[in-house]
Order: sequence, then structure tokens, then C-alpha cells
Amino acid sequence: MSTLTPQAPVKAQKPRGKLGDRLLFGYTWAVIIWLCLPIGVMILFGFNDYHGKYNTQWHGFTLKWYQHAFALPEVNNAMKASLIIAVISTVLATALGTLIGLALGRYRFKGQGFTNLVQFAAISSPEIVMGMSLLAFFVQLGFPLGYVTIIIAHVMFSLSFVAVTVRSRVLTLDRSVEEAAKDLGAGGWTTFRLVTLPMIMPGVTAGALLSFAISIDDFVVTNFTAGTVTTFPVDIYGLQGRGGIPAQVNVMGTFIFVGGLLLAAINALASRRRDA
Amino acid sequence: MQRLRAKLAPYFLILPGGLWLAIFFIIPTVTMLSFSLMTGNEADGYQLTWHFQNYTDALSTYWPQFLRSLEYGAAATILGIALSYPIAYWIAFKGGKRKSTYLFLVLLPFFVSFVLRTISWQFFLSDNGLLLSPLKSMGLVSQDFHILQTTVAVVLGLTYNYLPFIVLPLYVALERVDPRVVEASSDLYAGRIATFTKVIFPLSLPGVFAGVIMNFVPAASDYVNAEILGGPNNTMIGSIIQDQALHVRDYPTATALSTVLMGGLLVGIFLYARALGTEDVLEAAAR
Repeated sequence: MSTLTPQAPVKAQKPRGKLGDRLLFGYTWAVIIWLCLPIGVMILFGFNDYHGKYNTQWHGFTLKWYQHAFALPEVNNAMKASLIIAVISTVLATALGTLIGLALGRYRFKGQGFTNLVQFAAISSPEIVMGMSLLAFFVQLGFPLGYVTIIIAHVMFSLSFVAVTVRSRVLTLDRSVEEAAKDLGAGGWTTFRLVTLPMIMPGVTAGALLSFAISIDDFVVTNFTAGTVTTFPVDIYGLQGRGGIPAQVNVMGTFIFVGGLLLAAINALASRRRDA
Repeated sequence: MQRLRAKLAPYFLILPGGLWLAIFFIIPTVTMLSFSLMTGNEADGYQLTWHFQNYTDALSTYWPQFLRSLEYGAAATILGIALSYPIAYWIAFKGGKRKSTYLFLVLLPFFVSFVLRTISWQFFLSDNGLLLSPLKSMGLVSQDFHILQTTVAVVLGLTYNYLPFIVLPLYVALERVDPRVVEASSDLYAGRIATFTKVIFPLSLPGVFAGVIMNFVPAASDYVNAEILGGPNNTMIGSIIQDQALHVRDYPTATALSTVLMGGLLVGIFLYARALGTEDVLEAAAR
């Protein structure tokens, strides 16, 4: 028996494994840096002291674009439109998606597979196909394009993300807590408000943040359903086509980036405190 | 009564969101299909004439852009899998306590608008930009060397923008691999390479498959990268659809083109759904 213990090969392999790990570690960081490079470029060019139309070459450091961050009405209005649309569609998508998530996580029912399939289709459907079909739909109805159609579209493609996030939270819950509430005389609504909702809240906020992020970033579907309304991404795309991105766009992009990081950090801290 | 309520409860919960998806997702898809078989124009209205010629006309004119979209999508997906696998592997097996931090870093680009990220690449890669002007002044590349307006720039942009979509499902699959199975493999005298090729990789295949679909579908139907980073020879089918729908306003052609695109991509999704089951991918998509 003892002759079978393969001591030598194991020892020979260990250092090689560590070298491999170190290479993988370096590689992972290299790709992360590559992924973050455009973010750095965006932030950097918000500080670029350029003159004229083309903010593509580095000329030196300035804070003037931050001093005049809101000097371009076109960009401001686009940003305002994006925020209005994101807030309204997040509220709606979170409400509708949470209900679906509860149903999918809690019950076994006929039509569950179909519900999953529709949501999977809504999540993985190419944006251009969604945009095209919504445009065809609104044209057919003679429904005017604008804020309403954009919000309809945004709620449609983000509610499934909320449902999936809430569902996976619901699946981890201990049902006996709710049963205890009912045994203690709480009604259905009271149980939901005081017991179920607080327990699924991390899933709900994560879903809401996700749908806000998807909404504020969306270009393709918005472009098809916007009519004359210009959101931030649609405006950037237009400015790009007309030849130049003003530095204010970089400044606002930086604001969104930092705001997003703050929200994510707050959400992470809040869920850590809840779980502790 | 109580029982009936319990039985109906999930349907009440699903009703509002389900109606929204039915009216604004399923019905518009049907509208798109029917529009692609219509004839007419904006002024006189459209009639459903089962005009299948919309398809043959659209395809015979735009097949090069279709083909190019599939090629670019495939190239970006293959590159993406090759680039992502080692990262997903390292995070899943060696990430330790920092797993979620690394995943967060991989997702960091999503905090910047997709169009703006692509424009940042354009800044970075432009002829006198941050990358090429130092190289040119050092004489490492010739003065007329350029990256923008080439196929390489477009494929790199697509790879970049959709990379996190591959890393996530790969990570989910690798994370699920039971370490005891890996241990058992080395107890049975499999070397590191054999353990990887015979145990870890096969177990991660669902993730590879999910990653391929989740990357290929948006990459092949993307046109923002091609328009911002590419030149006139890099037009993808999405540009044509957008142009036909929003500028030419030839809805029958635009809907026919997007129906063909959807049909092609659906085949892939069905293959996927069969192999893995829809619930897993929904979970992967949610993370």
C-alpha cells in the first residue's frame, strides 16, 4: 500500500501551480484594466483644456468644464429627459417585476414555464428587434412617439430583470416566518407589509437599481421609440454624428459613473447591515 | 374558498406585469411579423398583402451586411470566450473572499453609458489619440497607420462591450463545480491538465454555451460599435434596419430585415434553452 503514495510528483507540481496562479492573477488584472480604460479616458477628457469642436487630443488640464458643467442646454435637457424616464420606468418596472418575482419564487402553478420563457425572451431579445417591433406597433396604432412610448418600452424590458432578482431572493426565504405571523393573527396584507416585504427588500432594491441603470443607459430601443424626445445616450449619438462631443458630456458621464458607484456602495452596505 | 384564493394568488401577482409584457412585447412582435408582409406607404396606409417579396428584396440587397454581422458577432464571441475563461476560472477558484469585488470590477464599465464608452474607445484609438500619437512620435508605427475605420476596431469594440456578458455565466458555471470533484480527480492521479480537460471544462460547458448566446445575440445585432469605430465598409445590419425605419421610413423592409435577424438568432436561443433549461439562464442574467 505504502508504495502507492505518490509523494514526489505532488511536490513537483506545487510550485508550478503557484506560478500559474500568479500568471492568472496578473492576466485578470490586465483585462480589468482594459475594461476600465474607456472609463479613465472619459473622465480624463472632462479635464481637457481644448479649444474648438474636437475634444479628441489631449491639450492640458483644466477645471473649466466642471465650472460650466451645465452650460449646454441641449445636453442638460437630454439629461433631464433621461432622469425623468429612468425614475418613472424604474418605479413601474419594480412594482410589476416584484409581483412576478413573488409569484415565480413562491408558487408552483400552471403557466410557470411559459412565464419564464417570455421573460427569458424579453431579457435576451436583441434590442434592435425590440425597438423595431415597438415602432411598428406604435405606427400601426397611430400612437404618437414621445415620453410615454419610451417609458412603456423601458418598463417592458426592465421588469423581467426585477422579477428574476426578486425571485432568487424569494427562493432563499424561510416560509415559516410568514406562517408564524399568520398564526399570531396577522392578515394577508399585514404579513406582506411587515414580514414578506422587508425580507425581500434587498432583491427589490437590487432590481430597482438594475432597471434604473438599464433605463438611463439605453440607446437602441429608445432611439426607435423616442420620436423627437432626446435622451442622454440619444443626444451623445447625435453629437457624435455631427462631429464632436463637448467636454460637458464627459463631465455628466463622470457624474453618472460616480453616482452609480455611490448607489452601489450604499446598497452593498445596507444589505451587509441587514444580514449582520 | 381559502384554497381557491391560494390557487389563484400567483395569477393575480403575475397579471399586471404579464399584461404589460403581452401588450408591449408579444403583440409588437406579431405586429412586426405582419408589417413585414405588407405593402403601402405612410401617406396611404399599409395593407397586409402577404408580400413575401419584401423578404427576397431585402435579403438580396442587404445580404453582405447580414453576413458581416454574423461574422463580426462570431469573431467577438470567440475572442470573448478566450479572453473571459481564464478570468472566470481565476475568480471562481482563486478569488476567495474577494470574489464579489472582482465581479464588481468586471461589471464596472456598465456604470458608464454604452454609447459614451464606445466613443471613449474612439478617442483612445483615434489617429492622433492617446495610443497612436506617442507610438507615432517614437516612430514605432508609420504616420499613416490607423486603427479606426477598420474591421479590427469594430470587432475589438464588440468584444470589449459584451465581455462581461460572457464572464458572468462562465463564472456561475465554474463556481458551481464542486471542489470535491476536482479533488477526487487528482486523487485518481489526473494531472492538472487532465483535471481541467476531463473534469472542470466539461462541467463548465453550460456556462460556455450561455456565454456564447448572451454575447453573440447582442454583438451580431449591434450597430453602434460599427458606426462609431468602423468605416463605410463595416456597416452592420442594425444600421440598415435603423436607417430604413427612422430615415427612409420603409417599414415593410425594416421589419422584414429585423424578422430575419430575429429568426436567425432564435435558432441559437432554442438550442440553448433545450440544452440548459430556461431557469438557469434567467438566474445567470440576474447576477
